[in-house]
Amino acid sequence: MNGYETTIGLEIHCELKTESKIFCSCANVFGGEPNTHCCPVCSGLPGVMPVINKKAVEYTVKAGLAMNCEISEYSKWDRKNYFYPDLPKAWQTSQYDLPLCGKGLVEYELNGEKKSVRINRIHLEEDAGKLIHEGGITRVDYNRCGVPLMEIVTEPDLHSADEVLAFLDELKSILKYTGVSDVKMQEGSLRCDVNLSVAKAGGGKLGTRTETKNLNSFSSARRSIIFETNRQIEVLESGGEIRQETRRWDDNKGEGYSMRGKEDAHDYRYFPEPDLMPVVLPKSEVEKIRASIPELKGERIARYTDELSLPPYDAKILTQDKEIADLFDETVKAGANPKKASNYIMSEILRKGKTEGAEDVVVGINAKQLNDILSLVGDGTISLVASKQVLDDIWLSDKSAKESVEKLGLKQNNDSGEIESILRGIIDANPKVVADYRAGNEKVTAFFVGQVMKATKGKSNPKVVNELLVKLLK
Amino acid sequence: MNDLLNMSLTECVKALKEKKVSSVELTKACLKRIEENKKLNDFITVCADSALAAAKESDRRLADGRGGMLEGVPIAVKDNISTEGIRTTCASKFLDNYIPPFDASVVEALRREGAVIIGKTNMDEFAMGSGNENSAYGAVKNFRDNSRVPGGSSGGSANCVAAGEAFAALGSDTGGSIRQPAAYCGVVGLKPTYSLVSRYGLVAFASSLDQIGPLTRTVKDAAYMLDVLAFKDGKDSTSSERTEKCYSDYPTDVKGKKIGIAREYFGDALDKGVKDEIMKAVKLLESKGAEIVDVEIKSFPAALATYYVLSSAEAASNLARFDGVKYGIRAENDDLYSLYYNSRTQGFGAEVKRRIMTGNYVLSSGYYDAYYLKASKIRTLIKKDFEKAFEKCDAIVGPTAPTVAFKAGDKTKDYTKVYLEDIYTVPVNIAGLPAISVPCGVADGGMPVGVQFIGKAFDEKTLFTLAEGICNSK
Repeated sequence: MNGYETTIGLEIHCELKTESKIFCSCANVFGGEPNTHCCPVCSGLPGVMPVINKKAVEYTVKAGLAMNCEISEYSKWDRKNYFYPDLPKAWQTSQYDLPLCGKGLVEYELNGEKKSVRINRIHLEEDAGKLIHEGGITRVDYNRCGVPLMEIVTEPDLHSADEVLAFLDELKSILKYTGVSDVKMQEGSLRCDVNLSVAKAGGGKLGTRTETKNLNSFSSARRSIIFETNRQIEVLESGGEIRQETRRWDDNKGEGYSMRGKEDAHDYRYFPEPDLMPVVLPKSEVEKIRASIPELKGERIARYTDELSLPPYDAKILTQDKEIADLFDETVKAGANPKKASNYIMSEILRKGKTEGAEDVVVGINAKQLNDILSLVGDGTISLVASKQVLDDIWLSDKSAKESVEKLGLKQNNDSGEIESILRGIIDANPKVVADYRAGNEKVTAFFVGQVMKATKGKSNPKVVNELLVKLLK
Repeated sequence: MNDLLNMSLTECVKALKEKKVSSVELTKACLKRIEENKKLNDFITVCADSALAAAKESDRRLADGRGGMLEGVPIAVKDNISTEGIRTTCASKFLDNYIPPFDASVVEALRREGAVIIGKTNMDEFAMGSGNENSAYGAVKNFRDNSRVPGGSSGGSANCVAAGEAFAALGSDTGGSIRQPAAYCGVVGLKPTYSLVSRYGLVAFASSLDQIGPLTRTVKDAAYMLDVLAFKDGKDSTSSERTEKCYSDYPTDVKGKKIGIAREYFGDALDKGVKDEIMKAVKLLESKGAEIVDVEIKSFPAALATYYVLSSAEAASNLARFDGVKYGIRAENDDLYSLYYNSRTQGFGAEVKRRIMTGNYVLSSGYYDAYYLKASKIRTLIKKDFEKAFEKCDAIVGPTAPTVAFKAGDKTKDYTKVYLEDIYTVPVNIAGLPAISVPCGVADGGMPVGVQFIGKAFDEKTLFTLAEGICNSK
């Protein structure tokens, strides 16, 4: 852009979906009445001590392996000390110099071009609570305290908002496919900090960078990157200098603002956490974790094309979201024809599940329901058009598709004798249109189908109507 | 009545089992003694009602021939060890109103074994001090000479056992806080191997150095208490499995035991009267067949500084949670900063503030390497020096403190003089070793002198054997 080159590195925080919190047995669940999912340990009462949740370590290693990271045989915990009311111990237990995962690499695709981002490290830490500002008062909710949080740090290998989004999309898919996180953006389970600098292209030198913190949606990441890139270029163009600083993003105003300069940077006074033993992971343990990694996206695409003979396009669309791919797999397992299931998912399920502006696909149907719909359409019980009404009816519920068809009266008429007599009547009453047809205007078949549908309130099987039409007009 | 209170803990357990005395009688006697000795100021909270209720329960169990190892025995607990429903102040104004919702694991163990918790003992604020003069609840006066200090920080615990107000007390020892007051008050004080006794529920001062232990009238009592206190605790990740099945069956014959004497423990700082008593004790053991060998702890002169760097660093972090947000003092404030500032200014005493400032300084960027990191390295050296010394001996003997109990107010003007009180005790905490202080004579007008035995990690039994050799309680 304008002869400038943008360089971006990310720090991504991702909540792990372990059953319990990282250092205590409290449930790791989103939301709930304030301060109902906490105990003396996660609310930091005097005298409490942490006990590491081994699952959280396992999940982090799993994610690391899926990102081709080196796994540390020996890693340890450190205290990151700072005061804030949402941090009840006044330190965050984190990993400073010996993280669980070291260097790695993630490959992603942008507009058909293969690209990659080097991973610098992945470490495990605890999430903090939440402040609730209301009517001039601030309250604190510790429910989120101690939720295991994985921090992924990339090298500065990204150069545009498009690259960042394509990479984040790939990352999201890795996290979901490995099963370590649900990555629910609206619940804040993935948040990222963007380190960005610009410099004259080809100068061989990086510019001064700024860090924009805590972006909790892909769209705010995109907008803030574009904003910050333009801002830095403007500053440089007008002869100014970029100040190394930490910034925040105001999504409502669509602008970033400075939070603190380098000179006000926190001194976190890191030191080893004496209350936790170091994590020792022998190679055999790491291999066990590696073996437990489920089928990832690439492997699934290969299986869909090779074993299920789906076109590559289908395989790619279906695997974009793990929930969709899982739905597809289970529906096929339930007996559905793969291509038919794929078609229906791509046209109907994704249409319904993807709402404008939302970043997560909603999958409001289970495999049994979908398989039932497919067989109802397949055996002609309902029309494809009617199936959309069934879908609307059972979406986000556990209602049965068959019962829905009954209830809504959507069964179509397959009785060719009845349809034939109706059709004959219509043919007799419309000699002009029949003549048009015979003159070669096949488009008029739509007229006859429409008339039959009108007469039968849309319940006649169009396939049967068409067949009869051809026969009768021959 | 007096005879009752002169019993040792193990005699008391026996008398209760044989129904020669009831728990209610003992509890009442202790409460009466506490009341008579009110001016000593040993207790911050006396649990008269709950103690009597517990005593009645114990008597019921004893009548049925049931009951745990400490059934019905009045025991005092230092006020930095969490007790459910009983306020736990750490002798700090900050926690004047703090009532823990849970028991420390050691308190759970005491209750499980039927102990009657008689009260929470006075101490130096957050266990920082060596004279029990840094308490928000006033200084403790030495039972034997009211013009002198009882030592600290477990001053109330040592004094109450000496004064017959409880049959044993729990203390905590970060740099000598069990052993030094034990020496000053003429009782037995055991600092177990780091990790042998669970720290869960002990309000942390310096987590890598803190250890809970018993203060008792006899060596046999100390071993008996350790049988209750030492267990692998799932709530403390650092808790060890290397517990002995029974500590009480320690051998009583010192014959053939090799006792190391380190020159460093007999330098200029050591009062002559104290030195004479220690040497007498050594001679006594030699006469009983122990072998005396010379050892050296070369890094000894660096230990005190190392201790103050490490312990202050950890304290600064551990005490950061006291911020006025969740519990304890909340001072008048206009904003978040003044909430922190005013609450901490009002809540903490001078010594605590000094340690917090020292601790934050040694951890701050630019100073970390010169202080914290260097101290961590010296810690390794000190450990190695002890390991080397133990190649030649079974235990090391020396004074617990350089003098007998000093006069109240003598050292309050120059706090670094108080720090020197700890020179003989801190190396043990730095190295994580067990040590015991046992009365071995008197000096300076009849004040008790304590001899200290330092053992190999997890070799508490040898310490009991040698200590027994001095005082013959078995």
